[in-house]
Amino acid sequence: MAELSYPLGEHHRSEVRAQTGRAADELTVEAVRAGRVGAQDAAIDPETLLRQADFAERGGNPQLADNLRRGAELATFPDDDVLRFYDALRPGRSSAAELEEIAVTLEAGGAARCAALVREARAHYLRRGLIS
Amino acid sequence: MEGAPGRSLRSAFLEDGAISRDVVVPEYPELGLIAFASPHDPEPSIRVEDGRIVEIDGTPEAEFDLIDAFLAAHGIDPAVADEAMAIDDLSWARMIVSTDVPRADVLRLVEGATPGKLARVLSLLSPLELMQAMAKMRARRTPSIQGHVTNRIDHPLLIAADAASAVALGFRELETTVPVLRDAPLVALALLIGSQVPAPGALTQCAIEERLELELGMRGLTTYAETVSVYGTERVFLDGDDTPWSKAFLAASYASRGLKMRFTSGSGAEVLMGAAEGKSMLYLEARCLAVTRAAGSQGTQNGGIDGINVTGSVPNGMREILAENVLAALYGLETCTGNDTQMSASDIRRTAHTLPLLLAGSDFLFSGFGSIPTYDNAFGPSNFNAEDIDDYMMIQRDWGFEGALRSKDDATLLPLRRRAAEACRAVLEELELLTFDDAEVERVVHAHGSLDVAQEQTDDTATAGDAVIERGITALDVVRALAARGFDVEAERVLEMTRQRLFGDHLQTSAIFDEDMRVLSALTDPNDYTGPGTGYRVSAERQTEIARVRQERTHAELLAEQAPHAGCVTLAEAGPAAAKVRPDEVVIGVSPAFAKEVWLTLSGVTVGEALRQMLAGIEEEGVHARVVRVTHSLDLGMVGWTAATLSGSGVALGIQGKGTSLIHRADLPVLANLELLSVAPLIGPEHFRALGRNAARHAKGGKPAPVILPESSAAMGPRYHAKVVALITRESACLEPGPARAVEVSWPS
Repeated sequence: MAELSYPLGEHHRSEVRAQTGRAADELTVEAVRAGRVGAQDAAIDPETLLRQADFAERGGNPQLADNLRRGAELATFPDDDVLRFYDALRPGRSSAAELEEIAVTLEAGGAARCAALVREARAHYLRRGLIS
Repeated sequence: MEGAPGRSLRSAFLEDGAISRDVVVPEYPELGLIAFASPHDPEPSIRVEDGRIVEIDGTPEAEFDLIDAFLAAHGIDPAVADEAMAIDDLSWARMIVSTDVPRADVLRLVEGATPGKLARVLSLLSPLELMQAMAKMRARRTPSIQGHVTNRIDHPLLIAADAASAVALGFRELETTVPVLRDAPLVALALLIGSQVPAPGALTQCAIEERLELELGMRGLTTYAETVSVYGTERVFLDGDDTPWSKAFLAASYASRGLKMRFTSGSGAEVLMGAAEGKSMLYLEARCLAVTRAAGSQGTQNGGIDGINVTGSVPNGMREILAENVLAALYGLETCTGNDTQMSASDIRRTAHTLPLLLAGSDFLFSGFGSIPTYDNAFGPSNFNAEDIDDYMMIQRDWGFEGALRSKDDATLLPLRRRAAEACRAVLEELELLTFDDAEVERVVHAHGSLDVAQEQTDDTATAGDAVIERGITALDVVRALAARGFDVEAERVLEMTRQRLFGDHLQTSAIFDEDMRVLSALTDPNDYTGPGTGYRVSAERQTEIARVRQERTHAELLAEQAPHAGCVTLAEAGPAAAKVRPDEVVIGVSPAFAKEVWLTLSGVTVGEALRQMLAGIEEEGVHARVVRVTHSLDLGMVGWTAATLSGSGVALGIQGKGTSLIHRADLPVLANLELLSVAPLIGPEHFRALGRNAARHAKGGKPAPVILPESSAAMGPRYHAKVVALITRESACLEPGPARAVEVSWPS
């Protein structure tokens, strides 16, 4: 998806695809009624999030861009995993070792930026005595 | 009534007023009860070594708390830091306000500034300068508004109907929450359905515990999230059960599901949680906002929020609130600017809190205008609620600002409410969650609030909510159910909200969908305000819409009450009026349109009755009376004085069609008088009679006690002046030059 312009829903309606590869405009009421659409057909594609990250970067917000890139990494993880990782990062939920495990899991799933975020959290939690 | 020693009746009166129910305190800096510039606020500083931030606001790297550390890693741009921090505070303040410094230049410098620096700079701005800064710095050009849609019994059909009403009025984000957490899935589902009935594209959220909130979003039952709270001190952040990193991860989680999300913060929270560390409210809020930006949230809800009453209790509290909103804009964040908590028992004070922000504009003027009655607001009363909707419309009309709402009458609203309630009922039935009978739909359609619908308390909603979670029901199931029951338009709109998650356009800063599903965001609709004639301007079309309020009356409507009283008295004109017919007479001068075009006075007394009473009062005193019509002027002084010059006693009464009356004497200046009853709405038959009596006594050389109208503090002007102007146009139309005319009075038999 090179040289796309924002908003995608306006300019590239037929090109944007869900994670399953199904095009956004195939997501019709008829298809839903016929049971031909699954939850994953409504899941945003990591590529799309990366394009949105580029738009954010160009719009002057590198932090929003970073967030969207982390989102792109998490997009392919199951809901339960994402919820579990979030919970693990909350105060008093995990040991340093458990956070490292999560970082490894993330990395293995191609989520290098998220893994780095978890490792950074781990280091500061340790330094501030939140975890051991 | 007498005052107690040392205590005046005025004090006693004031102490009983609504404002006296508000309790405020002196500044206690050590508790964080200080709006700006606590003595414990740090001296702003930054130190960069090898491209790394090693000191923020006096704290060296080794002592960084979680917030400092997060800002050093993700927030402050080392490449801009030295430049931004070297600019003196006053120059900074001027750049923020000046229309000659582009918004983008200010945003670039903010990336290198510390929270301490920005808090100090903003403390230099006056209220007016803060408004100017808000107008210039907010992200989206077009202001929008968010509404609360909740009720105290989590009634799903009422949620759906109220969501439809809210969207019809113009709300583009709807926020709900629940008194009973297990009700949340059903309430979120109802909100989603109702929100798409009048028009496509309104975003919906359900503010609950963060994990369940995310789960509802993942299922597409909500389309954005807002209650992602951050705090300005480490201890409160941890007490809030999060860290900057967990919040950043949460932000990425929302993005990963194509869900819009904003953080929330606001002064007073740290004070309430007992760990403000002696810092000023604005400084702590600056830290919250710095974290918000650093974590990659596109926006924030701030400006007091739950802590508004803490901020409101200290001097300069409301200036601090506005400064917080400006600060959010400086960080390039979508500004969803509070006004969502009742900040005073006084209507004047709570309005004064909100008005400056309304006039300046923000991305969302309210982060929850209570679109439902105060008693139904599960967040607690908002600063403006359903009871205030018409007040809001009128203020919007007065100032011609973009308040993002529009008046809708029942002819528009009732069918939408019915459609929403029926669509919601159909889905709940189709998914075998809950059933409602026709009578309940009917009650919901017409309800003002939950007190008007079935009150039976059951566990049904919660049980159905559990089922939504257990059965894995998603927005696609809602689409299927809507389509199966013939709600094709709504099915398509709900599906479109799901489809939009594939595009992710609404993840950009300040993104909303307009009613044509166009994305308005910082990228497509950037704020381009650079002074007069630039930025968002209310279009002529929109101005017309804003002007149309429930209380608007045309002159034809205002004058409609006149016609039924036509002929209540007949004044037959009989040539020029004679002068000084007898010394013991009082002449009554009537205005040009009196009993000709104007038949009913403002108090509801007919002109015939008013005249009859005046004549009777004069007769009681054994004085003769004559009626003349003055046509060359509608001014009451001139009408009365002209009559007085014709009066043998020199004394005359003057009366206008609207009922305003006086006693005049020929030797007085035209604009003087002996007695004047100027408040026409209060002049009853007995007052007209008493005035006639007094005129007669004056004619006899007496000194009667003046007629006193009943005391009233009612706002007469706004109630009657539109009608006064309409009546004056009638008087004006009857103006003719020439001398006063004799009239013969007769009454219908």
